Amino acid sequence: MSTKKTLMGTPMSDRIFNIVVYAFVIGVMIVTLYPFLNVLALSFNDSIDSVRGGITIFPRDFTLKNYELIFSFSSLLTGFKISVLRTVAGTIVGLISASMLAYTLSRPDFQGRRFVSVYLALTMYVSGGLIPFYFLIKDLHMMNTFAVYIIPGLVSAFNVFIIRSFMDTIPYALQESAKLDGANDFTIYWRIILPMSKPALATIALFLAVGQWNSWFDTYLYNGSSESLTTLQFELMKVLQSTTSGNNADIHNPNLTQVMSTVSPESVKMAITIVVTLPILLVYPFLQRYFVKGMTLGAVKG
Amino acid sequence: MKAITIDGERQVRGDKGRFWRTFLRNKYLWAMSLPFVLWVFVFSYYPLWGWTMAFQKYKPALSFGEQQWVGFDHFKTLFHDDTFYQVMRNTLAMSFMGIIAGFLVPIIFAIMLNEIRSMAFKRVAQTVSYLPHFVSWVVVAGLVTKMLSTDNGAVNELLMWLGIINEPIQFMAKGELFWGIVTVSDVWKEMGWNTIIYLAAIAGIGPELYEAAKVDGASRLRQIWHITLPGIRTTIVILLIMSIGHLIQIGFEKQFLLGNNLVRDYSRVLDLYSLEYGLQMSRYSFGTAINIFNSVVSILLLFAANGLFKRITKESIM
Repeated sequence: MSTKKTLMGTPMSDRIFNIVVYAFVIGVMIVTLYPFLNVLALSFNDSIDSVRGGITIFPRDFTLKNYELIFSFSSLLTGFKISVLRTVAGTIVGLISASMLAYTLSRPDFQGRRFVSVYLALTMYVSGGLIPFYFLIKDLHMMNTFAVYIIPGLVSAFNVFIIRSFMDTIPYALQESAKLDGANDFTIYWRIILPMSKPALATIALFLAVGQWNSWFDTYLYNGSSESLTTLQFELMKVLQSTTSGNNADIHNPNLTQVMSTVSPESVKMAITIVVTLPILLVYPFLQRYFVKGMTLGAVKG
Repeated sequence: MKAITIDGERQVRGDKGRFWRTFLRNKYLWAMSLPFVLWVFVFSYYPLWGWTMAFQKYKPALSFGEQQWVGFDHFKTLFHDDTFYQVMRNTLAMSFMGIIAGFLVPIIFAIMLNEIRSMAFKRVAQTVSYLPHFVSWVVVAGLVTKMLSTDNGAVNELLMWLGIINEPIQFMAKGELFWGIVTVSDVWKEMGWNTIIYLAAIAGIGPELYEAAKVDGASRLRQIWHITLPGIRTTIVILLIMSIGHLIQIGFEKQFLLGNNLVRDYSRVLDLYSLEYGLQMSRYSFGTAINIFNSVVSILLLFAANGLFKRITKESIM
C-alpha cells in the first residue's frame, strides 16, 4: 500500500492530509471532553482551594466533602428519587405503548392502519402550543402529580414510526404460521415480535430514558411548588440559575439556594452536575450500535 | 335494470358486512391501538380547541359560554407590540445561525471521521462526540457558563494566555454575544450526533468510485470534493429543506437556561415570549395568540418546504 502511494507521487500531501484530519478530530474530542473533566476535577477539589483558580483536569486538594454536602440536602435526595422513578416508569410504560401501537401499524391486514398512521403523523406538525396545553393539564387535575411526568408524553409519533419501520423488516410469514397455531394478535406481538425487535426497542428505550432523566421544564411548569415531586434536573436548574443574575428560577422556594450562598456554591454546583451526568455516561456507550442503526433507519424511512 | 339495482344494493350491504367482519377479525389490533388513538386525541388534538382563548377575553373562572368574545383584538395587540418584533428578530437570527453552523460543522466533522483509517480511534472519537447529545440542556448551560465565566473560566484563561485580551470578557452579560453563544453551544452539543446521518450516507457511496479516482491519481482532498460531497448532496438537500419547516420552532430551552436579565433583549424567543407575557403575567388570551401565530407560520413553512422538496425530488416528505 505504502509503496503504491509513493509511486503515485503524493506521499507528502497525504501525510499532511492525515495530520490535518487527526488534529481536527482530536481537537473536537478535547473541546467535547474538557468541560466535563474540568467540572469533575472541581467537584473533587476543596471548595476554598478552587477559588484560587488554575484547576484544569486534576483536583489539586482532593476531597469528598462536596459530595457529602449535596447528599445531605433532602431536596436533592428527593429529586434523585423522583428522577429515577420517572425514568424507570416512563421508559417501561412508554416502550410498551410505542411498540404496541407500532405493531398494529406494521400489520398489512389491519384496517385502521392508514387512518391511524396519518392521524399520528399529523401530531408531529400540529401543536396547540404552551398555554392551551397548560390548561389541559390543569383541567385534567394533573398539576402537582407524579402522573404529569408519564401520561402527557406517553406516545411520540417519531418513536412509533422508528419501531414500526424496524418491525416491517421482520418476515410476515412468521406471524402467519403462529396464527395457524391459534395464537391471537396480542400473543404474536408479545411472544414473537417484541423479542425480535430488541435493537429498535433498545434505541427507543435509550431515547425515552434520556428524555425522562433530562427533562426539567415539566417540573418547572406543573410541579415546581410541590417539594416532594421535584426532579434532580430541576434542582440543578434552580441552583445554576440562582447565581446568574436573578433569573426566572427564584419564583419557587429558595431553600437550597440560601444554604448555598453561605457554603461553597461553585463546588456544589459541580458535584450536582456530575451526579446528573454520570448515569447517562454509564449507559449510552453500550447502546451505540443500536441507536446509530435506529437513527439511520428512521431517517431513511420517514 | 332491476337486477343491477339489487346487485348494487347487495354490493353495499356486502361492503358494510365486510367492514364489520374485518373489524371483528382485527379486534385485538383495534384493542391495541384505540386507547392510543384516544390518548392522541386528548393530548394532541384537543388542545387546539384551546385556541378559542385567543379570540376571547379569557378568564379561567368563567365557563366557555360566559367568556367575552373579542375577535382579533389580541392579534392586533400582538402585531403592534414592539417586543414582538424584537422576539421575531431573535428567533430568526438564532434560527439562521443555527442552520448554517449546524450543517457546516457536522458535515466537515463527518468527512474528517470518514478519512480516519484506524477503526478503533474512529469508534472512540464517535463515542466521545455523542456524549453531549445525551446530556440535558441544564447541564450544558452550566458547563457553558462555567467555561465562559470571568473567574477562571477556560475560554477567558486561554484568550488571556494567548495574549488576545488583557482582562476577562463578561461573555454572559453581553447581549450582542448571546446569539453566538447559543449557536456555538448548540453546535457543541449536537455536532457528533448529527454526523450519524452523514456517515450513513457516506457509507452508501460505492467504494469503486474511490478506487477509480485513486487509479487516476486523485489526491484525498480531490476525492472528498468530487466523490464524497456529491455523494451526500441529496441527504444535505433533504435535511436543509426539512429545517425550513422548523425555522421559527427553535425551542426555548437554551435561551431560557443561558439567558439572564442582562441579555433579555437578545434571548427572548417566541416560546419564551408566550411563557413570560402569557403564562407568568396571566395574559392567557394574548399568550395563546402567540402560540397560534407560531403554529400557523410553522405549518405554512412546512407546506412551502414540502412544495420545494416535491419540485426538486418529485417525492413528498409529509
